[in-house]
Amino acid sequence: MMRFMLLFSRQGKLRLQKWYTATAERDKKKMVRELMQVVLARKPKMSSFLEWRDLKIVYKRYASLYFCCAVEEQDNELITLEVIHRFVELLDKYFGSVCELDIIFNFEKAYFILDEFLIGGEIQDTSKKSVLKAIEQADLLQEEDESPRSVLEEMGLA
Amino acid sequence: MPAVSKGDGMRGLAVFISDIRNCKSKEAEIKRINKELANIRSKFKGDKALDGYSKKKYVCKLLFIFLLGHDIDFGHMEAVNLLSSNKYTEKQIGYLFISVLVNSNSDLISLINNAIKNDLSSRNPTFMNLALHCIANVGSREMAEAFAAEVPCILVAGDTMDSVKQSAALCLLRLNRTSPDLVAMGEWTTRVVHLLNDQHLGVVTAATSLITTLAQKSPEDFKTSVSLAVARLSRIVSSASTDLQDYTYYFVAAPWLSVKLLRLLQCYPPPEDGAIRGRLTECLETILNKAQEPPKSKKVQHSNAKNAVLFEAISLIIHHDSEPTLLVRACNQLGQFLQHRETNLRYLALESMCTLASSEFSHEAVKTHIETVINALKSERDVSVRQRAVDLLYAMCDRSNAKQIVAEMLSYLETADYSIREEIVLKVAILAEKYAVDYTWYVDTILNLIRFAGDYVSDEVWYRVIQIVINRDEVQGYAAKTVFEALQAPACHENLVKVGGYILGEFGNLIAGDSRSSPLIQFDLLHSKFHLCSVPTRALLLSAYIKFINLFPEVKGTIQEVLRSDSQLRNADVELQQRAVEYLRLSCIASTDILATVLEEMPPFPERESSILAKLKRKKGPGNLHPDLDENRKERSVNGGTVATSPTPSTDLLGLGSTIATQNSAPRASKGASLLVDVFSGNIAAFPVETPVSVGPVADENFSRDISYIPTVRWGTLGILVGIQSWESIQYIKPKIPDMRCLPLAPFPSRFVCKNNGVLYENQLLQIGLKSEFRQNLGRMYVFFGNKTSTQFMNFAASVVCQDTLQPADPTVDGGAQLQQILNIECVSDFVDAPVLNIQFRYGGTLQNIAVKLPITLNKFFQPTEMTSQNFFQRWKQLGAPQQEVQTIFKARHSMDTEVTKAKIMGFGAALLDGVDPNPSNFVGAGVIHTKTTQVGCLLRLEPNTQAQMYRLTLRTSRDTVSQRLCDLLSEQF
Repeated sequence: MMRFMLLFSRQGKLRLQKWYTATAERDKKKMVRELMQVVLARKPKMSSFLEWRDLKIVYKRYASLYFCCAVEEQDNELITLEVIHRFVELLDKYFGSVCELDIIFNFEKAYFILDEFLIGGEIQDTSKKSVLKAIEQADLLQEEDESPRSVLEEMGLA
Repeated sequence: MPAVSKGDGMRGLAVFISDIRNCKSKEAEIKRINKELANIRSKFKGDKALDGYSKKKYVCKLLFIFLLGHDIDFGHMEAVNLLSSNKYTEKQIGYLFISVLVNSNSDLISLINNAIKNDLSSRNPTFMNLALHCIANVGSREMAEAFAAEVPCILVAGDTMDSVKQSAALCLLRLNRTSPDLVAMGEWTTRVVHLLNDQHLGVVTAATSLITTLAQKSPEDFKTSVSLAVARLSRIVSSASTDLQDYTYYFVAAPWLSVKLLRLLQCYPPPEDGAIRGRLTECLETILNKAQEPPKSKKVQHSNAKNAVLFEAISLIIHHDSEPTLLVRACNQLGQFLQHRETNLRYLALESMCTLASSEFSHEAVKTHIETVINALKSERDVSVRQRAVDLLYAMCDRSNAKQIVAEMLSYLETADYSIREEIVLKVAILAEKYAVDYTWYVDTILNLIRFAGDYVSDEVWYRVIQIVINRDEVQGYAAKTVFEALQAPACHENLVKVGGYILGEFGNLIAGDSRSSPLIQFDLLHSKFHLCSVPTRALLLSAYIKFINLFPEVKGTIQEVLRSDSQLRNADVELQQRAVEYLRLSCIASTDILATVLEEMPPFPERESSILAKLKRKKGPGNLHPDLDENRKERSVNGGTVATSPTPSTDLLGLGSTIATQNSAPRASKGASLLVDVFSGNIAAFPVETPVSVGPVADENFSRDISYIPTVRWGTLGILVGIQSWESIQYIKPKIPDMRCLPLAPFPSRFVCKNNGVLYENQLLQIGLKSEFRQNLGRMYVFFGNKTSTQFMNFAASVVCQDTLQPADPTVDGGAQLQQILNIECVSDFVDAPVLNIQFRYGGTLQNIAVKLPITLNKFFQPTEMTSQNFFQRWKQLGAPQQEVQTIFKARHSMDTEVTKAKIMGFGAALLDGVDPNPSNFVGAGVIHTKTTQVGCLLRLEPNTQAQMYRLTLRTSRDTVSQRLCDLLSEQF
C-alpha cells in the first residue's frame, strides 16, 4: 500500500501532501524535508526508485513538479510509477494541460481528484473516465449551487 | 478551461493565494497570514451568521494556511457545520478540512460521526462516497467503532452503486488495517470474494486490494479467492489489448488489476487443483512470452505497465518456487534487463534476482550473470543501483565464486559511497568467514577491510577475526606474521593496532624466532603506536605488554620500565593507571609459574552465531538476508543453546559476555569467589550476581593462600582491575576498609564541596548528574544517569558502597534516556571518606564499570549559626586546646575575589559573620555540624594576604577530627 504521496517543486516547495497512515505533524514535516533533499539531489538519468528508511520511494518529475510516492517493501515499483502518471493524466485532463499554478490555486480540486483515484493508499479505479466523471459531476453540482456574486463581495469589501 | 479558479472557485481564496505568492520574504508571508487569520477569526466570531459560501471560503483559506505549514487552532467547528450542508461543494470542503486537520482524539469526533452517518444513509451516491472517503482518510478508532459494522453492509448490498462499492471496499480495508479487531468477519466475507467476478473492473480492482489484505491475516477464510483470481487473471492476460476499453492502459490490459491479482496469489501456495494450477502456469507463461514480443508502443508507459506485470509474475514464480522451467525463464528475462538501457529496469532486475538467487532451481542460473553484476558495480552511475548490485553479489555468493566476489567488493570498497561502506564491510566480513577454505585468506581479507575502510569496520568485525584466530591453530602463526607486517606501515588504522596488539600478545611467540620480528622489535613496534591511540586501545596494548612479559622474559625489564613511567602510573585515565599499576605489580611479585597460569593463552571461544550477521540483520531487516545464512542461524541456536542463556545475545563476540565468563571461569573461580563473599559480605549482594569474580585489594592474601583459584587474565577492552581479575568480567567493589590509597577512583570535582548540584562525572557513554539537599544530619541526593549514546545500556546496576545500599536501578537505560536514583543519606558520625558509587552496565557487548566518589562531605551537614562578635571570641577562646585547632597556610589557586570567597564560605555551610574580625578583610564563620549522635560546634577564620597571594585558614571545633577534615575541605576551595 502507498504510505504517502508528495508533490513538490524543484525549489523544494511542497504543493500537495497526502498521508495514508496516521502520522504526527512533526514527523511529517521532518520526513518531507528529508525526502525532498534526497530526491532533489538526484540526477536526471538515475533510477526512479530508491530505498529510504524502510520504504521504497518512487518518484518522477513532470516539468517543474516532482511527484513522489512512498510504498511498502512488497509493492510494485513500476506500477507505482504508472499510478503517478495516471494521476498526472487526470490532472491534465481536468485542468487542460495542467501546470504547477493550477495545483497551487486549485489545491482543493487536486485533493478531490486524488481522493477519487486513491483511497487508503490503494487504487480505487484505474479508468480515467470513471474518475473524471465523478469529479465533473461534482462540478456540475457546484455550478448549480452558486449564484453569481459581485467582485467586491468576494473580496470581503461589501 | 481557465488556469485559475476552475469550476467557478472562490475568488477571495484566489486573491489570498496570489498575495501569499507575491510575498517577498517569510516575514511578509507570516504577516499576511496573521492578518488573514485575524480576519477569519473575527468573521467566525461575528454576530452576523455567515452564509454557507463564506464559511466554505474561509475554511478553505484555513486549509491552505495549514498546508503551507502553519498551525491552525480554530475553524474546526465551522468545518463540521459544513458537513451538514445540503450543498455538495460545501460538504466537500468540510470533509477535506476534516480529513487533513482533524486528529482522532478531537472532541468533535462525535459530531463528525453524526454527519457521516447521515450521509451514509442518504442514498445519494456522491454524498455516500464523500463520507466513505472521509472514514478511509481519517481511519481513527472512533470511526472504526462507529462504522466497522455498517461499511461491509454497504459493500455487499445488491443495490449499492459501483462507485460506492469501490469506496466501501477500500474504506473497509483501511479500517481493517487500523483496527482489525473491530472489523468482524462474517457472512459478508464470502460475498466479498465473489466481487472478483464483478462486471465492473473498478469494483474488482478495489475488491482485490481488500481481499489481499484480509487473506494475509486469515488465509483460510479467503481460500476460495485463488480459483477466482486465476480465472480473472487468465481472462485479462488472454484478452486482446482493446477488449477492456478504458481499463487498457497504453495497450496493456488492466495492468493494475493484473498486478493486484498476482499479489493476491502470493498469499497462497501453488494451487492444489491441477486444472487451476495449469491455468495459472499458462498465464505466467503468456506473461513471460509477451515480454519477448515487440512493444506495441514506444511510450515508456507501455513498457512500464507491461514490465510491472512481468515483475509481479516473476515474484509469484519465485514465491511458488516449484516450477524449475519458469524460474530459469524468469532468470533469463531478468538477465536481459540487467543490460537494459533503462536504469529503472536494471535496478529492478538486480533487486528481483536477489530473491531468485535463493532458490535452488535458479541459483546456478543467477550465477551466470556474475560478470554483468560486477560490471554494474563498477560502472553504474547511480548509487542506488550500485547498492542493488552489492546486494545481488552477496546473494549469489557461494563457495565457487566467493574469492572473486570478495575481491571485487573489496576493490569497490576503496571508492564506494560513504553511505554504503559499512554495509559492504559487514557483507565482506560475513562472506569471507562463511566461505573461507583456508583461513589465511580470511585473515588477509579482514586486514584488507581494515586497511581500506578502517573507519567502517565495527567492533564486531575485528572481534570476530580474533575469535577465529584463537579457535584455529593452523592460522595463528600466519596471523601473527601478517599483522606484524601490516603494523609496519607508517600510518595504520587504530583497529589494526587493536587486532595487532591482541594477536601478537597471544601468538607473538610464533614469529619471535625470526630475528626481524624478535620480541623486542615486536614490542617496539606496538609501543610506537601507543601514543596515537585512544584509551580503550591503549588499555588493550597494556594487556598485550603483560602478555609479552609472560611470552618473552627477556623483554620484561623494558616493559616494566614503560609501565613504571609517569605517563602510565600517573595517567589521568583511571583505567590505564590501574592497569599499569597492577600489571607492574603482577610482573614484580609473581613467579614465572604464576605468570604463566594467569597469562595463559586464551581458551577457544564457544562457537556461536556471528555477531556480524546479527548486525547486518539489524541494519537490513531479516528479509534481505541470504536464506541460507538464516537457516544456519536457526541450526546453531538450536544446537548450541548458548544464545538463549546469554542475557545479551549476539553482540559480544569475543566472549565478553557473562555467559562465557561463567562457563569458562566459574569452575576455577567459584571457590575463590566464596572466599571473597566472606570478605565483602554485604557488599556483593548489591550487584546482580552474574560473575562473582571480584577481588579487592586483599587479593594478595588470596593470592598467596590459594593460587589455583586465580582466574585466567583475559582480554577485554575496558574495566577496572583490582588485584587480579578476569579481563572481561570485572566488577569493581570497593571494600569498606580505611586504606584507599591504592584504589584509583574518579574523585568528584572539588567544586561540589560548596555546591549541591551539577555534573558529577562524564565520559563518552555516560553522564552522571546530581541534585542534592541537606538538612541537619540528613540529606537526599538525586542521581541522574544519562545515556549519551543511541544504544541501550544493558544490565545497568548502580550501588553505593557505604552503610546503606541503593535500591537497584532499572536494568536497562535506553539510548539518550536518563535514569534517576534517589539516595537517602544520614550522617551517623563525623567521617572523612566519601561513599563510592559503583556503576556497571553493558554497552555494545562490553561490560563497563565506573566508580566515582559521591560528593558527600562532612560540611554538607553544617548548620549556620549567627552570633555577635563578643560571643564569637568567647567561644573561640573556649576551643583553645591545641588539638581543637587546625591551621593551614596555603597559596591561592584562584584569584582572591572577596565576593567569591564569601559565596564559597556560605556554600560551605557556615554562617558568615560580618564585623566580627577587627580586620575587615578577614572572613569569619560559624556553624554546627550535625551527626546522628552528636553536634559539633565549629568556628573558622580565613585571613587572606593579597600581596603574598596566600591564605591562612584556622578551624576550631570541639572535635579534632572534625577540625582537620573541615580544614582540608575548605582549604581546597581557594
